[in-house]
Amino acid sequence: MNDKTLNKPSSTTGMSRVDGRLKVTGQAKYAAEFNVKGLTYGVLVCSTITKGSIRSIDSKQAENAPGVLAVISHLNCPKILGYPAEPAKAPIKIFYDDKILYNGHPVTMVIADTFERAQHAASLVKVDYNEEKHITSLKDNLNGAVAPHDDAEYKRGDPNAWATAPVKVEQEYIQPSEVHNPMELHAIVARWDADDKITVWDKTQGVKDTQSNIARIFGIPVENVQVHSKFVGGAFGGALQVWQHEVAAIIGAKVVKRPVKLMLTRADMFTSVGYRPLTWQKIGIGATTDGKLVGINHQAIGQTSTYEDFAEGPADVSRQLYDCPNAYTSNKILSLDVGSPTWMRGPGPATGTFALESAMDELSYLLNIDPIELRLKNYAETDPESGKPFSGKNLKDAYKMGAESIGWHNRQQKPGALTKDGWLLGYGVSGGTFGADREPATVKAIMLADGTLIVQTAVSDIGPGTGTMAVSVAAETMGIPVEKIRFDLGDSALPNAPQQGGSTITSSVGSAVYMACNALKEKFQQLIGNGGADKPDYAQVLKQHNLPKLEVSVDSKAGAEVDKYAMYSWSVHFVTVLVNPLTGVVKLDKVTCVADSGRIISPKTARSQIIGGAIMGIGMALTEETVIDHRYGKVMNASFADYHVPVNADIPQIEALFVNKPDYNINPLGAKGMGEIALIGMAAAVANAVYNATGKRVRELPITPDKLVDWGVVS
Amino acid sequence: MENNNNLPEPDTRPDVKDPSRRDFLKKSALITAVALTPAHAVKAAEKHMDERIAEAFEKMPLSLEINGAPHNLMVEPRSTLLDILREQLDLTGTKKGCDLGQCGACTVHVDGHRVISCLTLGIMVNGKKVTTIEGLAKGDQLHPMQEAFLKHDGFQCGYCTPGQIMSAVACIREGHANSEHEIREYMSGNICRCGAYPNIVNAIQEVKEGGLPV
Repeated sequence: MNDKTLNKPSSTTGMSRVDGRLKVTGQAKYAAEFNVKGLTYGVLVCSTITKGSIRSIDSKQAENAPGVLAVISHLNCPKILGYPAEPAKAPIKIFYDDKILYNGHPVTMVIADTFERAQHAASLVKVDYNEEKHITSLKDNLNGAVAPHDDAEYKRGDPNAWATAPVKVEQEYIQPSEVHNPMELHAIVARWDADDKITVWDKTQGVKDTQSNIARIFGIPVENVQVHSKFVGGAFGGALQVWQHEVAAIIGAKVVKRPVKLMLTRADMFTSVGYRPLTWQKIGIGATTDGKLVGINHQAIGQTSTYEDFAEGPADVSRQLYDCPNAYTSNKILSLDVGSPTWMRGPGPATGTFALESAMDELSYLLNIDPIELRLKNYAETDPESGKPFSGKNLKDAYKMGAESIGWHNRQQKPGALTKDGWLLGYGVSGGTFGADREPATVKAIMLADGTLIVQTAVSDIGPGTGTMAVSVAAETMGIPVEKIRFDLGDSALPNAPQQGGSTITSSVGSAVYMACNALKEKFQQLIGNGGADKPDYAQVLKQHNLPKLEVSVDSKAGAEVDKYAMYSWSVHFVTVLVNPLTGVVKLDKVTCVADSGRIISPKTARSQIIGGAIMGIGMALTEETVIDHRYGKVMNASFADYHVPVNADIPQIEALFVNKPDYNINPLGAKGMGEIALIGMAAAVANAVYNATGKRVRELPITPDKLVDWGVVS
Repeated sequence: MENNNNLPEPDTRPDVKDPSRRDFLKKSALITAVALTPAHAVKAAEKHMDERIAEAFEKMPLSLEINGAPHNLMVEPRSTLLDILREQLDLTGTKKGCDLGQCGACTVHVDGHRVISCLTLGIMVNGKKVTTIEGLAKGDQLHPMQEAFLKHDGFQCGYCTPGQIMSAVACIREGHANSEHEIREYMSGNICRCGAYPNIVNAIQEVKEGGLPV
């Protein structure tokens, strides 16, 4: 495939997904779809108050309801060995005590022989509470924010240099809570095979982590926990930890001595499995009159729960995105009576970039400089934070490719200057970046006598196409067709792999597959003797040596390069938006996303990942917001009808472009992750385009029509 | 309300304290049993057999055709078509994404039309023909829409995919696939959180333009 094709693949470029046939025929089985023998169903009953304690639980009616096998609460829950005795900051200990820590806190679980019976019986449980006063509003309590850890603050030069610069912007930005909302509801099927041995079919982004956490919580040996998670229906960071409902199902299976299936409701997905934290940010940014940055001051306060100190680093992006001599960043958290937030696609920079890249756009208008020119003037050739060279950075190429694709030369600097079919037309741009890490991974490669290659590692695939990437790498390295390769994943019995999070899998697992295949080829070389073909007929060689198979297991991890280089993936998002001058409705007109993430391994799935992240970013920009009624502390829009994720009609065709220059400083594949950068920056690009179209700057997401109309689009 | 499952408040008026039909069924079943063989009835009551008898009375016959095969089932009137497919028939290709009719993941065809199976009670499809994603291909030969989704990568995680494909086939059959704009509108009841929308549109356009029967 030539470079030009890889720079701009179409929806049909390259190989199709190796697991695609199973997905389009309905044969792919997700966690809740393992209907094991003797299966029972668990349904959770959750608190209707926000803070306080349980006074009483009347479960008699539920217990007597048809088909009910157990009603479990803190009153009768068996002792869980791994629960810490002290109420230290820790994930919710389900069925542990009478405390209610947020609205939607699970208090009991009904288990019955059918789902319908469990659901009905759950409606019969009566819980009385002692209610206490709750606090759920971040905006009203910013003064209570604290630093979550010692290095929550960062200083380079003079933290206040920005304030004395000739041209400056000082603004506040709000990122609301967002919910991952993968289409697959969180679900688990739990089965005890012996007193100290368990099998779970679970929705998780890391079977090994889930395995070790279940072992710890239930006090059993790690090898006695078997986790299956071959197909995961999306997760976006929401399945990086063992949640309380998973523990509940395992407890339930122990109590009723039968397997338990527990699937959350869509409403539960808004309260019990994390979300992107509501975050307040303030940026001060100053520049010389010709547009050279003097200083950046970026402060963030994100919400967390009372029981866990979850902290992102949204402000950190201001340390390294631009070449700026003076920088100050601070990331604080505020404890509220809400469920814990967690990592969500692009955690930290997704929120931070909305503020920084909006502020840069504001600065460009004050300076009357093209926003791309302003970014190029302050382009960081080396990492401003560490002073190290970048392992690979081709962001200038990305700006150029994207600007050409979107037709940036048609943009007008003056807001509101362009219209199309009676709608206001605006252009917006924003950069994005995310650390390019490589985690330890072990891959086993087995060549069978019939020439079939089996590649194994305990990674999950939540959707990006990990199997397709791995098979592409193996096919190229071994010189065999993809049809002869089987990739095994999603099973805790397989060799170690990292969680699928933080855009690390292609770099980590892809490199391990590459190294394992090379090691296997080397083993064939030894059989053949020196000078043999690099890619021999493997089946033939095995036959000649009378071997049933040849296998290797290779450990792979990052090396000394991590000390030598600053490692990041980069993206640039370009959009044109149309804003209806009467209603304030915003429509995406054109979208171009450029990824600078090293070599492209699998163009079809890489393109889909970029487009998918862009769409989630469009949701972040225009519609997504979890709304809490602070009088009750309850999420008021916990459904797809009320919390709007983008639908097909919201989305135009999207161009995904790739710089496609290998970064061999980070790994032997030259490939870096792109799951996060696909989203990071998109919200700012849209907000900046809305400003270019209307002259209205929206600093609180999402950009709903009321914010534009109220601000005077309608004259 | 003590739960957040969007269930109606149980009726707590004293005269209808228990779901009365069940109580009646239990009692009448037992009375009938006592009239026949008192000893067996006592034993049945001791072993909670009254529950089982009531259960049998509470179920209703459901005859339908699923993917060309006839099924004669006994189902509770409250069971949704989605739960019957997934939990009783192990046809798990049809997905539960919200259980509220808001995401389209559970879309199946009933007599050729797309229907949200989570908002369809099983007994509503008595005598009808249901097609699920498992019934779309002809043996090993994929339906053109399945081929097009594969070719254009109309999915990532694959969870919304069966619903998208069932909806996409219906979209063409309904005559609602005449332009990119029209496809987007008529496919907006199927949410894809991975964001495969442009690829889904490409797939549907290819099938529509290819002119193969869907």
